[in-house]
Amino acid sequence: MSGLAMPKPDAETMRRRAEIVADMRIIVPGEGVVDTANEMRAFESDGLTAYRQLPLVVVLPETVAQVSRVLKYCNERNIRVVPRGSGTSLSGGALPLEDAVLLVMSRFNRILAIDYPNRIVVAQPGVTNLGITTAVDQEGFYYAPDPSSQIACSIGGNVAENSGGVHCLKYGLTANNVLGIEMVLMNGEVVRLGGSHLDQEGYDLLGVMTGSEGLLGVVTEVTVRILKKPETARALLIGFPTSEQGGQCVADIIGAGIIPGGMEMMDRPAIHAAEDFVQVGYPLDVEALLIVELDGPSVEVDHLIGLIEGIAYRNGSTTCRISQSEQERLSFWAGRKAAFPAVGRISPDYYCMDGTIPRKELPRVLAGMRELSEKYGLGVANVFHAGDGNLHPLILYDANVPGELDKAESFGADILRLCVEVGGVLTGEHGVGVEKRDLMPEMFNQIDLDQQMRVKCAFDPNHLLNPGKVFPQLRRCAELGRMHVHRGQLAFPDIPRF
Amino acid sequence: MTTFTPSSSAEVLTTIQWAAAEETPLELLGHGSKRGIGRPLQTEHTLDLSKLTGVTLYEPAELVLSAKAGTPLAEIEKLLAENGQQFAFEPMDYAPLLGSQPGRGTIGGVLAANLSGPRRLKAGAARDHILGVAAVSGRGEAFKSGGRVVKNVTGYDLSKLMANSWGTLAVLTDVTFKVLPAAETEVTLAIRGLLDEAAVAAMALALGSSAEVSSAAHLPERIAARVAGGKHGSDAATLLRVEGFGPSVVYRIEALRKLLGKAGPLEQIAGEASKTIWRDIRDCRPFADGGTRPVWRVSMAPSAAHHMVMALRMQAAVDAFYDWQGGLVWLSMREDDPEAELLRNLIRKHGGGHATLVRAAAPHRAALPVFEPQPPHLAALSARLKAEFDPKNILNLGRMAPGASSATLPRSTEGAL
Repeated sequence: MSGLAMPKPDAETMRRRAEIVADMRIIVPGEGVVDTANEMRAFESDGLTAYRQLPLVVVLPETVAQVSRVLKYCNERNIRVVPRGSGTSLSGGALPLEDAVLLVMSRFNRILAIDYPNRIVVAQPGVTNLGITTAVDQEGFYYAPDPSSQIACSIGGNVAENSGGVHCLKYGLTANNVLGIEMVLMNGEVVRLGGSHLDQEGYDLLGVMTGSEGLLGVVTEVTVRILKKPETARALLIGFPTSEQGGQCVADIIGAGIIPGGMEMMDRPAIHAAEDFVQVGYPLDVEALLIVELDGPSVEVDHLIGLIEGIAYRNGSTTCRISQSEQERLSFWAGRKAAFPAVGRISPDYYCMDGTIPRKELPRVLAGMRELSEKYGLGVANVFHAGDGNLHPLILYDANVPGELDKAESFGADILRLCVEVGGVLTGEHGVGVEKRDLMPEMFNQIDLDQQMRVKCAFDPNHLLNPGKVFPQLRRCAELGRMHVHRGQLAFPDIPRF
Repeated sequence: MTTFTPSSSAEVLTTIQWAAAEETPLELLGHGSKRGIGRPLQTEHTLDLSKLTGVTLYEPAELVLSAKAGTPLAEIEKLLAENGQQFAFEPMDYAPLLGSQPGRGTIGGVLAANLSGPRRLKAGAARDHILGVAAVSGRGEAFKSGGRVVKNVTGYDLSKLMANSWGTLAVLTDVTFKVLPAAETEVTLAIRGLLDEAAVAAMALALGSSAEVSSAAHLPERIAARVAGGKHGSDAATLLRVEGFGPSVVYRIEALRKLLGKAGPLEQIAGEASKTIWRDIRDCRPFADGGTRPVWRVSMAPSAAHHMVMALRMQAAVDAFYDWQGGLVWLSMREDDPEAELLRNLIRKHGGGHATLVRAAAPHRAALPVFEPQPPHLAALSARLKAEFDPKNILNLGRMAPGASSATLPRSTEGAL
């Protein structure tokens, strides 16, 4: 991936840069256009920091009309556009292109409406994920999807990436919690999908927009469902001698009809890194550590804790602590939440992967990862959204050692191939972006990819919006639209009847 | 007139390739249980998917089930029930309303119509539970999307795009759904005698509490007598369903009783009686009168819908009841005129939403947009998308909207019809 090929810069656009910058200043007056290399430096990468690129120009619009005019202007002149929210993407979704306008939505930072009877919040896309919860916290409400970047990531970016989080097993992903959006198409047209009612009329464009990684349109308004906070939450911290036993415990909890608010697993390297870092009393003599959180009325939480305690015991748990206070519950989570920085302490760099697997394949995938770890000579620590099978292997490497980044990336690609091989997928919540773009053929054949690209053609026929992301190779829409019909060679010259 | 009855995905592919080459439209059919919804089709040939059957993967501990698209929903629901699981989105059965045989319908049809039920409020619709599909586009190409795991953002979510597409984009051959544990216990709390406005306020209060109400419906006076065989009487009933583990349900019902004690007289309905009520609401039983007078399904913001209904009553004779905290309105017209323009204008005036004419005589369905017309830019986008999947217009031509190329009718043409 280090030799990642991005679309060739358009010479005509590069040549006309000064003119484009001047026109952007007319469309977005004031301080909404940034064009010096020094100032643009802040936007040169996102959460996938291994890749950096200065954009053509950074534009920070303030109104929907400005977004519409910028896109229409670029569409008419064949200028590429990369949309960006808070820039926390872990897959390079907001990586700039040399010849593209970087459209930064951070000035769309207002909450437009809070409607408690209908339990919805209408927000501009630059509002942070946590900002929505904060706005309704006083009345005891919250917004359920909680990606770990929630303090910084924007709700518009959440729509683009279909963000998840620890609580999505029980409460769903972004796609299940967004009721409507307003968006601008590359040709400048403004459309609204859904609203404060349930289900969009016609095709589920809202569904396809969610997780489309900024390739289909620019979101300018989001309507989300908010929920009343559960009365209480408690957690169990359960240790197992093997990952198989931990995995079986997870399966048995779900088999008992329990869907916990959160269910996380860590392997030995991750447990040790976390405990060294935050000292919260994680057991160090176990191979798998499970954190199970229950939320709801205390009578329900207590009831379920009793059931889960029994399930853990029957699966050979060697340690099982139950939080007796809010402080203790948070301490159980402290290690898990600090897992990334903790791993950052034991290794100069780490590379976070994001495959999803059928849960029962966990032992096989962990074993495969150990083999790969030996093959590449790089360590790996695992944190795992155990309930939904979403695995985050953290590959340990040192970018200052020549060749190690390449090795880490090859290791990561092999892990993802393994995930696909056992029936899983390349990415559970971080997105394809540029990072996993070239691995897409591991999961999809050319027909599958072509049909996805045809969806792109309906929204952005000139491939101007966020090109170079998601698809390994962009094919021209005219070419994709052609149908190859060979009348004479059909299997059924007469009408077939089955 | 030919009916193709493929029993494998490969045979579906061959059929579509033939139809694409001939540019011959096909009507896509599972059991035909929802055939009466949408514009009447005039196709020479039919693609009958009811032989494309079988559950191909079911792993209860992984919460996942895959089946061939023609597999009967009833068969799958039975299998899930045997394992203490269910489709949490509670797919409705249109048969009682449309006068066909109940308990029919295929799993492919569940997705194509994006079915849901009273639990939509908390658990979502079919679109929220679909994990992956395999399908054949109108181009005669077999493609897949998604997977078999619950968390997946790899590529565009074409599976969701199949939801509510009514067979106009692709022929589904395989579907994979998320399944969930069925609740151990359910209890319904009924507040009796409320008018619409008070009922909507009570439902909002309940949903805004931490009692985790999974369904909230309001049956106005007399309509209430049309569920559960009339055994609960005809006084208006505002119904709140609480599901989960026994001790939790007891506690949450008590919390709701305290919260709503002053709203009106309360009744508690448990077990099978509760299930019957919600099944009848789900399937629109109150309007399943064996007739063909127009019935609308309207989705709006919960606090706005009853205002729209009140305004509508000033100009047309209708019966109405509410699900989804008041946001889903079932409307039964007492005259033969669907009053489409009047209704849709009032919906726009009251904050927007959409109306589907789910039951009407064929001439009405041919003359009026059954599905909500879209604003021009959005209609054009939908039409472009349709063309990318089905450029020769061979799949369910005209079912969602008239005309050769438009998938969804632009709003501006509505008045002309």
